[in-house]
Amino acid sequence: MPSILSISGVSKTYATGFTALKEVNLDIQRGEIFALLGPNGAGKTTLISIVCGIVNRSTGTVTVDGHDISKDYRAARSLIGLVPQELTIDAFESVWATVNYSRGLFGKPANPGFVEKVLRDLSLWDKKDAKAITLSGGMKRRLMIAKALSHEPRILFLDEPTAGVDVELRQDMWEMVRRLREDGVTIILTTHYIEEAEAMADRVGVINRGEIILVENKAELMHKLGRKRLVLELRNPLTAIPETFSRYALELSPDGGQLTYTYDNQAERPGVASLIRDLEASGIQFRDIDTQNSSLEEIFVNLVRREP
Amino acid sequence: MNLRAVWAIYRVEMARAFRTVLQSIISPVISTSLYFVVFGSAIGSRITEIDGISYGAFIVPGLIMLSLLTQSISNASFAIYFPKFVGSIYELLSAPVSYLEIVIAYVGGAATKSIILGLIILATASLFVPLQIEHPFWMIAFLVLTAVTFSLFGFIIGIWAKSFEQLQLVPLLIVTPLTFLGGSFYSIHMLPGIWKTITLFNPVVYLISGFRWSFYGKADVSVGVSLGMTLVFLAVCIAIVAWIFKTGYRLRN
Repeated sequence: MPSILSISGVSKTYATGFTALKEVNLDIQRGEIFALLGPNGAGKTTLISIVCGIVNRSTGTVTVDGHDISKDYRAARSLIGLVPQELTIDAFESVWATVNYSRGLFGKPANPGFVEKVLRDLSLWDKKDAKAITLSGGMKRRLMIAKALSHEPRILFLDEPTAGVDVELRQDMWEMVRRLREDGVTIILTTHYIEEAEAMADRVGVINRGEIILVENKAELMHKLGRKRLVLELRNPLTAIPETFSRYALELSPDGGQLTYTYDNQAERPGVASLIRDLEASGIQFRDIDTQNSSLEEIFVNLVRREP
Repeated sequence: MNLRAVWAIYRVEMARAFRTVLQSIISPVISTSLYFVVFGSAIGSRITEIDGISYGAFIVPGLIMLSLLTQSISNASFAIYFPKFVGSIYELLSAPVSYLEIVIAYVGGAATKSIILGLIILATASLFVPLQIEHPFWMIAFLVLTAVTFSLFGFIIGIWAKSFEQLQLVPLLIVTPLTFLGGSFYSIHMLPGIWKTITLFNPVVYLISGFRWSFYGKADVSVGVSLGMTLVFLAVCIAIVAWIFKTGYRLRN
């Protein structure tokens, strides 16, 4: 699949001397949902701001659908919609006026029908005459999205879209993102809510201290880096793990009724079969057995911690 | 050229003026009327004429300039500072809009508002004193040039300012004193020796003098010099704005 956004050798050092990005290379494929994960201050927002033209980069090139963001900024920026992290709206404008303003700013001719559809899709139609200042936090977030979608972008950046958002709106937003993807819009979201990336993304990139430390297909990432857990419900509780099992990474629950074995599912010999054999040989019986994959969150925490 | 963007910004700026009609239109009209009462009546009863023009009529161009300068600066500086302050400037910076288009839209909006205001003050003044405009073309030309130049100046202040205090600093500490000392209420010929020379370093003198010439055909300095100085100031502002955009100063850093 050809990439729609190509970031190459992009770095950013602010006037204060703080280096927010170090030589970032990243390709985003057309039509995918890409989740950029990273702890606070990792450089997610700086990277997005550079692509969108809000912050000047120190080095590197960025092309959007083949258009250089500096030399051909009009074509590049016309393709991008941005929903920033902060709720920053002209408080005294009406919903209708501010969304139409955004459309005009991106050079699109007035299209009341389309703007109406965007507002209806985001459950904002009833509020079209309300001033932004009177809207609730969730409504303001929807309004920011409506503004970003008003000029029919092909790439949508969602910077921490569900930070401080209630469950219902979060579900709505995920639904909207899926709908947009069906329409062929490429979506790049930054988040530190791992479940968001886990639920929606096709690919995941992890950024830490200004460097992309990993870009991987989500399913492969979880498979590759995921650790599995084997949980055994014991028939008779144990007081301690017998010494003969010291070669296994076993944990005993406080009540002694549950044994958990954590193993690397990529390993040649994960040791599950031998563990079960050894348990039987020692007369430790179990009444139930369960395996669990580690979540993206655990993978992420491990990755970021591994960094020096 | 993204004319739709220019129009979108311009319209928002104009809508802001109509939303705050009391602050943008009515308050300058009231303050102008007060100037007439205080300066026109109180002082005018002692100074009857300057250069053969009644004192009340003499101060009209200066009063218009006073409002034109302060309002152009405050309109433009606020227009660009406010989105910077609340953060909504992200949208402008991420839009396919050139620097020239941004300047045309914001400065155009600010200048339009102050020109409308200047004309309202002119109309208000005509209720108090008999007015004559000898050179209407040049009157409009000075009005537009000054409004555009000082809107550009305001735009620069709005980008430079990091706080509301800084936003007020230049208009309050530099522009207002220069305007009051620029011959709004007197002819610089009335000043004693050395002050007459010092006052020639005040750029506002040239604006007011040229503008007054367009009304009554009389000026403190020659109208050519007035026009030249206005254009120089305009060129300086354009150069600074060009530099701001080239470097991304306080916008994209």
